[in-house]
Amino acid sequence: MSVIGKYFIFLGSLFGKGEKLSVYWRRFIEECVGIGVSSIFIVAIVSTFIGAVSCIQTAYNLVSPIIPVSTVALIVRDMQLLELAPTITCIVLAGKVGSNIASELGTMRITEQIDALEVMGINSSSYLVLPKVMAAMFTFPMLVIFAAFLGIFGGYLAGTLTGVITERDYLNGIRDSFVPYNLFFMCVKPFVFGFLIATISSYQGFFTTGGALEVGKSSTQAVTNSCISILIADYLLAQLLL
Amino acid sequence: MIEINNIVKSFNGKEVLKGITSNFQKGETNLIIGGSGTGKSVLLKCMIGLVKPDAGTVLYNGRDFYNSDKDTQQSIRREMGVLFQGGALFDSKTVEENVRFPLDMLTDQSASEKQERVAFCLQRVGLEAAAKRMPSEISGGMKKRVGIARAIVMNPMYLFCDEPNSGLDPLTSVKIDELIKEITEEYQITTIIITHDMNSVLEIGQNIFFLYQGDKLWEGKKEEITKTTVPELQEFLFSNKLLREMAR
Repeated sequence: MSVIGKYFIFLGSLFGKGEKLSVYWRRFIEECVGIGVSSIFIVAIVSTFIGAVSCIQTAYNLVSPIIPVSTVALIVRDMQLLELAPTITCIVLAGKVGSNIASELGTMRITEQIDALEVMGINSSSYLVLPKVMAAMFTFPMLVIFAAFLGIFGGYLAGTLTGVITERDYLNGIRDSFVPYNLFFMCVKPFVFGFLIATISSYQGFFTTGGALEVGKSSTQAVTNSCISILIADYLLAQLLL
Repeated sequence: MIEINNIVKSFNGKEVLKGITSNFQKGETNLIIGGSGTGKSVLLKCMIGLVKPDAGTVLYNGRDFYNSDKDTQQSIRREMGVLFQGGALFDSKTVEENVRFPLDMLTDQSASEKQERVAFCLQRVGLEAAAKRMPSEISGGMKKRVGIARAIVMNPMYLFCDEPNSGLDPLTSVKIDELIKEITEEYQITTIIITHDMNSVLEIGQNIFFLYQGDKLWEGKKEEITKTTVPELQEFLFSNKLLREMAR
């Protein structure tokens, strides 16, 4: 309980007396590049292959003659929009971005860089962490939209190249029974997950004590806690919004 | 002037500072010496507001740091320059950007004014040529000098140095010591140096404070230290052969 309390106090400190707006804007842009742009490659690879695999495996399981083949594409689309693109992408990002944030802040803590900010009279948590949180909440939904697109495209490539579904059936399937609300649901998830990953990882890094070994532990703990929180939040969002 | 009164600090029930009281004079180098684990760094952290003492007061020219509102604390902090043990330079910024950082964050100076001030501070510590280099590309001694440049860029009234010559060769140590002493006298600031380097005591020590197991056991001028009758200080001092011979 004390850890949770400390986490919420830490969140409160992010919105304490801050610095000039121009400073935050510059930091926000830097973090968008560090968190968002640098994650495009891994997100592209993961989502394309997940889309491809989900298409092949769905086709493998749908062998009934009364179910049209285009259903494979419908299932791939809905799996991508509702779960795979937002949740799996964010779990991958928890590993990449979360460990990066925790180790960066942990190293800054043990090398007294955070102390240096504090003695200058700068709100160190706000200056270092708030732009990361904002950048994660801003870039994660974009990455997830990109991942959903590539996942569906990966399914198309795998399905048509292996001959399990024709191009026409796939395109018909992904248009069939489309619920626009699912897009909204898909975008809400990474917004929440981005907040969780950035704040939990920052918390772990910010309060690192000791040396290099502890930075590694903080980084591992950040990824573990972020993944658990994503799964819990995923369930709660599904319960609340669907 | 900085006054500390009855500073007490414990961690997990262990008393690290046991009621320390002292005054640190303006325009002089005040050295806090003592062996490892005697509470020197904790005392420094209590003074600069990184660790809140359990009891006691820290007064900056009469302003009580811990019993002030946030704005006053902020303004006192902006009068401090701190040189951390490892330099604490920001890895992602060049030497020049590190020195300019407090100006960027805390002032509304124009770009040319900042540039002029940064160039002056880098020149003061002899690092004009390293302005564009990253902290990972410079030596330990250079990092300390950049740390000093960053500490003085805001014209501080109080300069704190945590073991400024740890990990440095004797020649670089002497240069760093001389630089700190020159800056202290030139700008008439109150300088507090944490060290267990006896060469520093001999080179730049003016007022010396000896800590032992969280207590201040001795306080005096450099000239008096070798005549001490405090056994713990004698043991600490005369572990150094040079001082042993000087005392004879």
